[in-house]
Amino acid sequence: MATLHIKQVVKRFDDTEVLKGIDLEVNDREFVVFVGPSGCGKSTLLRIIAGLESATSGDLLIDGERINEVGPADRGLAMVFQSYALYPHMTVEDNMGFSLRLAGVGKQARREKVLEAARILQLEPLLDRKPKALSGGQRQRVAIGRAIVRNPSIFLFDEPLSNLDAALRVQMRIELARLHEELDATMIYVTHDQIEAMTMADKIVVLQGGVVEQVGSPMELYHHPCNRFVAGFIGSPKMNFLPVQAQEASAGGVRVTLPGGGTSEVAVNGEGARPGESLELGIRPEHLLLDDQGPLAGQIKVIERLGGQTSLYVEMDDGIITITADGDVIHRVNDHVRFGFEPERAHLFDGQGLALASLQRHPLSGLVRQDSRERSEISRERSENSRERPEGGA
Amino acid sequence: MNTSRLQRFILAVLAWSITFVIFFPILWMILTGFKTEAQAIADPTLFFTPTLDSYAAVQGRADYFHFAYNSVYVAFGSTLLALIIGIPAAYSMAFLPTKRTKGTMLWMLSTKMLPPVGVLVPIYLIFRDLGMLDTRIGLTVIYTLMNLPIVIWMLYTFFKDLPKDILEAGRMDGASTFQEMLFLLIPLTLPGIASTGLLSVILSWNEAFWSLNLTSSRAAPLTAYIASFSSPEGLFWAKLSAASTMAVAPILIFGWLTQKQMVRGLTFGAVK
Repeated sequence: MATLHIKQVVKRFDDTEVLKGIDLEVNDREFVVFVGPSGCGKSTLLRIIAGLESATSGDLLIDGERINEVGPADRGLAMVFQSYALYPHMTVEDNMGFSLRLAGVGKQARREKVLEAARILQLEPLLDRKPKALSGGQRQRVAIGRAIVRNPSIFLFDEPLSNLDAALRVQMRIELARLHEELDATMIYVTHDQIEAMTMADKIVVLQGGVVEQVGSPMELYHHPCNRFVAGFIGSPKMNFLPVQAQEASAGGVRVTLPGGGTSEVAVNGEGARPGESLELGIRPEHLLLDDQGPLAGQIKVIERLGGQTSLYVEMDDGIITITADGDVIHRVNDHVRFGFEPERAHLFDGQGLALASLQRHPLSGLVRQDSRERSEISRERSENSRERPEGGA
Repeated sequence: MNTSRLQRFILAVLAWSITFVIFFPILWMILTGFKTEAQAIADPTLFFTPTLDSYAAVQGRADYFHFAYNSVYVAFGSTLLALIIGIPAAYSMAFLPTKRTKGTMLWMLSTKMLPPVGVLVPIYLIFRDLGMLDTRIGLTVIYTLMNLPIVIWMLYTFFKDLPKDILEAGRMDGASTFQEMLFLLIPLTLPGIASTGLLSVILSWNEAFWSLNLTSSRAAPLTAYIASFSSPEGLFWAKLSAASTMAVAPILIFGWLTQKQMVRGLTFGAVK
C-alpha cells in the first residue's frame, strides 16, 4: 500500500533549472511511466523520489507523510538501475540478499527470502554465479530480484530495458507487466521509449524541459493529446502535421482549408479560434487513407513494407508525411497518390501548439488495465492468504 | 616477416642493454660486498674469491635487525595510516565532488613540489617540542604526511573508474557511508588499493632525508644504517656495499614478488 504525492518539486543544478515545479499523484498499485526525450528531467525526478538527489524545493509525500529528509533506504522503495548496478564481486544470492544482510537479517531467513524472489524470476539455477557469468537478461532479472527481496512499497525503474536487444526487451516488457500483477505493488518506470510507456503504463506522465506536459492513460494520450508535443511524442510512426487555415470556427466544429485547396470539417471545439487563423492539422499515419477522391495529394518517395502493413513516405509541398497503409498496397516509389482522412480522428493545434478539444471523448480514453474494484478484491484475498501463512524468519 | 623479426631482435637487445645499465650499480654493489677492502679499491674485476668478512664486520658494528625492524615498522605503519586516511578522502572527492575538489587536489599535489628541506626547521622544532625526535611514531607520521597526496591521487583515479550506480544501489539497499566503503568500494578497487599501498611502502622504505634528520639511533631505519657506514673513519667500500646490499635486499625482494600486482594496478583500471 503506497501512494506518492509530488508537490511543486523544483530541482536546480547550479543555475539550470532541471525540474520546474512538478505536481503529480501516484495512486496505490499503479504502474506509472515517466516518458520524454533525453534531458527532460525524468531521471532526475526518479532520483529525487529515490532519495539519491534532493529537491531544491517542494514536497514529497508517501502515504501522506513528508519524506524529503528521509534517507533512501528508509523510504521503503527499491530501484532498478539502467546499468543494473549489480555488485560484481558477489554471487547472485549475495547480491539479492545484500539489503537483508545490512539490515541484520539472519542467514537462514535471508536465504528463504532470496529463494522466494528467485522462484518468481526463475533465477534458482543461477544463485551461485557471479554477475559476470550472466547474460544481459539474467542480470536484469537479478537486479529486479534484488528489488523484490526488499519488499518495497514502490518499485522504481530507471530505463531498465534500454541495454537489452529488441527481442529480449519485448520479453522483459511482458515479464514486468506480469510482475506488476503478481507483486501488486506501485511501480514508477522511466523510459524514453513511448512503446514501453504505451504497453505497460496505467498512467503516463509526459515530461519535456522539466515540465509535465500531460498526465493520462495511454489511450487518453493517444486519442486526446493536449498539445502538439504530446501528439508528436506518443504514437509510432509519428503524427503528421499540416498547416491549415480556419474558414469557419464554432463550438460545433472547425472548417479548415487544406494544403492544395480542399476543405474539411474537423470535429473539435472551435470557440477559441478565429476565421482566417493559421492552425496545424494533426493526423496519425494510421488515420490517413489512400483514396483517389481524397483532398490531399503527393508523390511517394520511400516505401517500407513490413508485410502486414506498409509505410508510405509521401512528399507534399509542405514536407514529407507518413501514411500507414495496408500490407498489400500496389503503389511504387515515385507514384502520385491522393489520400484523405477521417475528420473525427484529426486534431487541430493553435499557434501556441495547444490542442483544440475534441467534441467527442474516445470511448477507450478512460480505459485502465484492470477495474479498481477487481483489484482491491484481489489484494484483499492476498492479504488474507498471507495472514494465514506463518511468518518465516527472524 | 624478416624485418619485423629483426626489429624485435634489435628492440630486445636495446631493452636488455638499458636494463643492464640501470641494474649495473646494484650488481656492482652486491659484488663489492663480497670482496675484501683491498679488492674493493683494486682494479675492477669480476673474478675474485667471495668472502663474507665484510658482512661479519658490518653486523659486528651495528645490529642490522634493529634497523630492519624500524624500516618495516615505519614503512608499513605509515602506509596503513595513509590508506586509512586516504580511502575516505578519495571516496568523498571521487563520489561527492564540490566546485573546489579539483583545486584541493592540485593543492595537495603542489605540496610535493616543495623541497622538504624548506620545512625541516619548523618540523624539527615541532618534533623536539612534542618529544617525537628519534621515535618510530614520529617517523611514521612524517612518512604518512609525505605519501598522503600521492596515495589520495592514486586512489582517486581508481575510485573514479567505479560506476557510481553500484554505490547508489548500495545506498538504496541501506548501506551507510562506512558500509558502502567496506562492502563495496574497497573489495571492488582492491587491486588499485594494493598497488597504491605497495608504492607507498617502497617510497617510505627508500626515504632518507627525514630519517637522517629526525632519527639518530632508536628509531633509525635502514637508510640511516647505510649512511652510518659512509662517514666516521673514511670510506670502506666493501663494508658500505655489504650494508647497502642488506638494506635494499628486503624491498628488492618485496618489489620482485609484488611486481605483477603493481603493474596491473598501475596500468589498468580498478574494476576492469
